[in-house]
Amino acid sequence: MGKQTPLYQQHIDAGARMVDFAGWDMPIHYGSVINEHHRVRQQCGMFDVSHMTIVDITGTGARGYLRRLLANDVARLESGQALYSAMLNESGGVIDDLIVYRLANGYRLVVNCATRDKDLAWMERWRAGFDVTLAERDELAIIAVHGPDSIDQVCAHLPEGVAQATRELKNFRATEQEDWLVARTGYTGEKGLELILPASDATALWQALLNADVQPVGLGARDTLRLEAGMNLYGQDMDEEISPLSANLRRTLIMEPADRDFLGREAVEHDLERFEAGELPVQTGLVLEERGVMRAGQKVICYDSADEQCGEGILTSGTFSPTLKHSIALARIPANTSRCEVELRGRPQAVRMVPPGFVRFGKKRFD
Amino acid sequence: MSDFPDDLKYAATHEWVRLEEDGTVTVGISDHAQELLGDIVFIELPEEGGTVAVRQEMSVVESVKAASDVYAPVSGEIVAVNEDLTDSPEVVNNSPYEDGWICRILPSDETELAELMDAKAYAAQIE
Repeated sequence: MGKQTPLYQQHIDAGARMVDFAGWDMPIHYGSVINEHHRVRQQCGMFDVSHMTIVDITGTGARGYLRRLLANDVARLESGQALYSAMLNESGGVIDDLIVYRLANGYRLVVNCATRDKDLAWMERWRAGFDVTLAERDELAIIAVHGPDSIDQVCAHLPEGVAQATRELKNFRATEQEDWLVARTGYTGEKGLELILPASDATALWQALLNADVQPVGLGARDTLRLEAGMNLYGQDMDEEISPLSANLRRTLIMEPADRDFLGREAVEHDLERFEAGELPVQTGLVLEERGVMRAGQKVICYDSADEQCGEGILTSGTFSPTLKHSIALARIPANTSRCEVELRGRPQAVRMVPPGFVRFGKKRFD
Repeated sequence: MSDFPDDLKYAATHEWVRLEEDGTVTVGISDHAQELLGDIVFIELPEEGGTVAVRQEMSVVESVKAASDVYAPVSGEIVAVNEDLTDSPEVVNNSPYEDGWICRILPSDETELAELMDAKAYAAQIE
């Protein structure tokens, strides 16, 4: 038996099909991935993401430490703001991706659970010289509620003061209310909230939302939703061998000021030159409007503007898009690719290249 | 959990077979198989009029999660395919033994039918 979140019994009671996810017993779906997906796009759904790892970073050196640790720059954060960042190794590969929240008293990082051990070891390793305290907050739960109705639904179950502050939140903003953190962040391409809260409060909120007919959503639809939104999954679309430039993360690499020596900076500078010269692979979205489903690991055959084969790419995430009713994928391909084919069950099939990001706020994003 | 009607025969690869009065067999995938696959989004049907050999891949079922081959439970000629599944593949999830049938085969070797499992043996196999 794996580790269980505080909401484990709620999942069982709701008839979830449970799977092992990086050592955790997690719901893959509660009946139908597609139905859960549509509920999030059209109304709202709630996800238990308590398996993710929360680390609070406090101390007078917290800001300087995170400016060293992360490729995005926390100097840009005011209290109550959040940003997405990659954490790079010294060769510029991605150790993990994460969200960092600026709290009244320090910072909070939410990192992936599958990378917890190496993340914590890495963070510990670079702590020397900074006055910081790292505290894992594994007693806290995380509930994400996403979809057009999500904020109204959640606010109906919050104390009035918290509800008021929550309604006023803009995207990537958070409000701290005693031991709760309510943030306008998420992984679906819809508006919504992530609530980090004590376990007992989490079970009560989950139950209240369930009683209000909010659909629980499993990891299956979490994956189809994030892929429609064009968001990377760590371990699939990026890893320690991959430059963040090849995972569509250019805008999260903050190179100014030039004297901010973040981990991996030297490698990123070198990679940026290669990237701009077209020597590094790039991430693309792929669309297959014919029948069939693209899957991670499939080979992408790439052709340049002269229609000569210019190399091979790799499909890093693929699925059926319930919103678009055909298959979509993310792939890493040579920069000079102008058209490509995916090898589906042994047969090359022409696919369209589009910018990564297929659906936002329930609507198709490409022509 | 899964439901396995007693009047059907089953292959180890999760196909079911119903012997029809005209000597043909109707073939689909079991409730257990559809449950494992989850939401089915595409089905590549066998070719009507074609012939298949026992345990040969004859169809592909794709769900959100995975693609899965469907194997011929008996050898013979494909005499009918369920065209409705082209537009409504989810019928296999909702009605695996009735509306979600995949094809009908005219068996060329009836001894192969005897090698299939009954409901009890199949249920025991997947436990």
